[in-house]
Amino acid sequence: MTDINTLLADVEKLFSDDEVVTAAKLAKVNLPSGKVLGLVTLDNGHDHTRPNTFGPKSLVELNTAYDAALADPEIDAIAVTGKPFILAAGADLTSLQAGGADGIRTIAELGHAVFRKLGDGDGTTKKPSFGFINGLALGGGLEVALHADYRTIQDSVPAVGLPEVMLGLIPGWGGGYLLPNLIGPAKAAKVFIENPLNNGKVLKGAEAYDLGIADAMFGGADYLEQSLLWADKVLTGDVSVEREPIDRGDAWDEAAKNAGFFAWAKTGDASPAAKKAVELLTLAKTASRDEGFAAEDDALVAMSKTPQLVASLYSFDLVQKRAKRPAGAPDKALAQKVTKVGIIGAGLMASQFALLFVQRLKVPVVMVDLDQDRADKGVAYVHAELDKKLAKGRASQDATNRLKALVTSSIDYEESFSDADFIIEAVFEEMGVKKTVFANAEAVAPETAVFATNTSSLSITEMAADLKNPERVVGFHFFNPVAVMPLLEIIRGEKTSDAALATAFSVSKSLKKTSILVKDSPSFIVNRLLGRFMGEVSKVADEGTPVDVVEAAFAGVAPMGPFALIGLVGPAIAYHNNETLAKAFPDRFYLSENLHRVVEAKKSSFFGPDGRTLDPEVEALLVTGDVVKTAEETRRQALEAIADEIGRMLEEGVAQAAEDIDLAMITGAGFQFWNGGITRLLDREGISEKVTGKKFH
Amino acid sequence: MTRQLREVVFVDGVRTPFGKAKGQYAETRADDLVVKLIRELTRRNPDLPPERIDEVAIAATTQIGDQGLTIGRTASLLAGLPQSVPGYAIDRMCAGAMTAVTATAGGIAFGAYDVVIAGGVEHMGRHPMGEGVDPNPRIISEKLVDPSALVMGNTAENVHDRYPAITKERTDAFAVRSQELAAKAYADGKIQPDLVPVATRSAENGWGLATTDEPMRPGTTTEDLAKLKTPFRPHGRVTAGNAAGINDGATASLLASEEVAKELGLPIKMRLVSYAFAGVAPEVMAVGPIPSTEKALAKAGLTIDDIEAFEVNEAFAIQVLAFLDHFGIDENDDRVNPYGGAIAFGHPLASSGVRLMIQLARQFEERPEVRYGLTTMCIGLGMGGTVIWENPNWTGESK
Repeated sequence: MTDINTLLADVEKLFSDDEVVTAAKLAKVNLPSGKVLGLVTLDNGHDHTRPNTFGPKSLVELNTAYDAALADPEIDAIAVTGKPFILAAGADLTSLQAGGADGIRTIAELGHAVFRKLGDGDGTTKKPSFGFINGLALGGGLEVALHADYRTIQDSVPAVGLPEVMLGLIPGWGGGYLLPNLIGPAKAAKVFIENPLNNGKVLKGAEAYDLGIADAMFGGADYLEQSLLWADKVLTGDVSVEREPIDRGDAWDEAAKNAGFFAWAKTGDASPAAKKAVELLTLAKTASRDEGFAAEDDALVAMSKTPQLVASLYSFDLVQKRAKRPAGAPDKALAQKVTKVGIIGAGLMASQFALLFVQRLKVPVVMVDLDQDRADKGVAYVHAELDKKLAKGRASQDATNRLKALVTSSIDYEESFSDADFIIEAVFEEMGVKKTVFANAEAVAPETAVFATNTSSLSITEMAADLKNPERVVGFHFFNPVAVMPLLEIIRGEKTSDAALATAFSVSKSLKKTSILVKDSPSFIVNRLLGRFMGEVSKVADEGTPVDVVEAAFAGVAPMGPFALIGLVGPAIAYHNNETLAKAFPDRFYLSENLHRVVEAKKSSFFGPDGRTLDPEVEALLVTGDVVKTAEETRRQALEAIADEIGRMLEEGVAQAAEDIDLAMITGAGFQFWNGGITRLLDREGISEKVTGKKFH
Repeated sequence: MTRQLREVVFVDGVRTPFGKAKGQYAETRADDLVVKLIRELTRRNPDLPPERIDEVAIAATTQIGDQGLTIGRTASLLAGLPQSVPGYAIDRMCAGAMTAVTATAGGIAFGAYDVVIAGGVEHMGRHPMGEGVDPNPRIISEKLVDPSALVMGNTAENVHDRYPAITKERTDAFAVRSQELAAKAYADGKIQPDLVPVATRSAENGWGLATTDEPMRPGTTTEDLAKLKTPFRPHGRVTAGNAAGINDGATASLLASEEVAKELGLPIKMRLVSYAFAGVAPEVMAVGPIPSTEKALAKAGLTIDDIEAFEVNEAFAIQVLAFLDHFGIDENDDRVNPYGGAIAFGHPLASSGVRLMIQLARQFEERPEVRYGLTTMCIGLGMGGTVIWENPNWTGESK
């Protein structure tokens, strides 16, 4: 542990004019009992859209406020809270990145040294302390309150958590030690290991209270008043705080072990941060405060040296910033208002579209099919899904009535499309069929209506070619399941107008999708890369490497093994994608005869019901060679193929930048945050350089 | 159907500490002030099921922004009352909260309500007097109203003209009395039990907690007051020292029919006897309480001699003295504003009526020998309002 004065001197080297400083304002509050509370308000001077963060200067500010409160003889106790709606959103990641490993050690140690003044005092004086979690409290924003002796929380706080592991970090300002010692190791593991690995899930105020993170909970109407009055009663002894005792025996070891299993299963042992977080959880059982905090400092420094941290921060930036401002999207002022949506087709995909469009846009959605029964079935599906939501209490009767009334079926193009602004087709994946339905729609639709196609592989340009207004056609490629997967690839055909494209982006935004602009090309981004990847691993498997070895080779790269993925999308669709690509690029895309056989046999997966062991019937179909590769060789070969394909896609302008490829793979294929999607991993392992002659970044 | 008139009782009343305009509530919303009070009334009266509240009537003079949007309804939603509880907004300038009480009391007596919340708010820092008003030009062209009627300080000077016996020395002395009594009431803990602490936001200083009335100036002397400017007339009589200030604050009360209060086990602090409002020449607004009191007494079949406790709003000291002189009551009579008044605590316009009632309820509690008391106040554009109350603690024989 470095002396705080040394840290305060060292941290000055990390000062930057760019830091949005979170001020710590100390006010003396007279409580009804006559006691005086030193109330520290964290406030960076911006509204809630720019949450408080802790950079170097902010930590120094907080230290000054705590020192003043400890030194003031009139002040009986200290509390910390935030500006309206926000306690704090944690460390200032920019300053964390800027300081390098030495900087990170300084920031880590200083954060501990400052925060712990609430819990430990300054060495000479210790005063009772309170954390008032009045709003969003993430990472260091929660830790600042965890150091206090007592906490209250507002019941409606939208986000409480320690998401560091998701970013390749660990809760390093006391969270890793204090939280398990406050609420027990199993609940702590949920907060700082499981939730971050479940796409960064966070807790609501009431959930955090139920876990024991706060000792009292109050409503938003008079949260701070009630917190202050409650604190007064704690100080006078009128309220005594009871907490659930923590089992420090075998149950602790068991909880740490379970957390370890969870992390391993979720990350394929590939996230150093997850592993480190489990270590901290284990250590917290026996460590002293000093030891626990020192271990966090070491862990933060260790994490700062991992490439996974850089990659995670890169991914964070992609999904937080790039996803909100799609690169290459035309001026949104060009977009036209969509007041009615037409869907051509009423099958499962069309029905999923209808469900999504009606819920998000809340405009009439008409499903048109060749016969009325089929069209009605589509509507029935949407109605049933809306009713399920109603039954679960996730929608009101009125809102359900409204949405159900908006979805209709028809077989009449003219009646359906003459006033539609956005028409999307979800018919059979065949160029002739798609051209016909678009031609029929164009005969009756307004001249300005945008035509969207959900094709996963056909050419947008060709689909539009025979229309009177080819500029209205745009690719609008969803990922399955439509309601869940965030990605939407938006494809510009040769003639697609800026206006049509702008409308597509605007609709995508209303649908709450992450959209990426893609050039019209075979299978676009995600399916092309997955296709190359699947082709490569199928080849390895067909040549003789056992399926389970191939499957195991991708732990930590993809969210699941390639053959499990085939089961998820369906062998027929996987094969069809590969066929399209093999036709376009016969020299690179391998078509597996074995996969074809599985498709012919109408098997829905390579695996049996457990999802892991090869289905004996499938096994009997496979014809394999005798070249057996190791998992590592398989992985390497597949990654090299991916690097090659990405290089080509960037060269061809399919994607506008490596960033878009990573964003697509993270949001469309569930590729890992801590790999930065894929290109950071390829750079780090030297694969991109070897294959393409240069790094992607 | 046959209808029986029902007795109306004042169950409870609370208020925020009052603030100086641009002071402790500079960055606190008016509707939030009301919300804290509704929460506290339900918290203090746990025997009252919130869904039994039939109306939330909240007054504000300037119904704009955070005092707009039908503040009785929005405040009740923000306070978390059941959605089934309705609410509305009221305006009678300074007598807003008093009118909220009388209007809903009428509804209780009639049988339309069982339990109501009635109160008022004025954030004069955010909404200065006269914000956004658009007086009809006929007021000037047809001389319908003396132009001085629109500036309250001028109307107070006009009342001095009417009653030459009320000198500046007397009004200053009355102001000193108000400050002294208020300070004593604070020292004796008579005020604080009905104050609801409010968290105060300040971008500059961080959060704080308002627990006391900011406008108070204990230790004020007549010498201090003599030095103050008379902003409304050269060598006039009305100063910032012998008038209430520009203030922020809110009040709220719980009223019920007497039988419902008993059914629910709610306390009864006062019983409504009668009320009246009366108009006077707008330019002498401050004499309004005289006719409104005479009217209310007549309705109750009482005379001024029956009234043994007074809470008279101190918008201006001259207003209280004109009232007392009229009824022949000594200005140092300890039945009048015994805990101090608006000159010390402040007068956030539409909120003050219920503050008077809170303090009268305190008088009733401490003086069971008193049977009748009244709350009265002057109102802009030439009006007065008076509410007469009976002390449920009174044990004596009727006169």
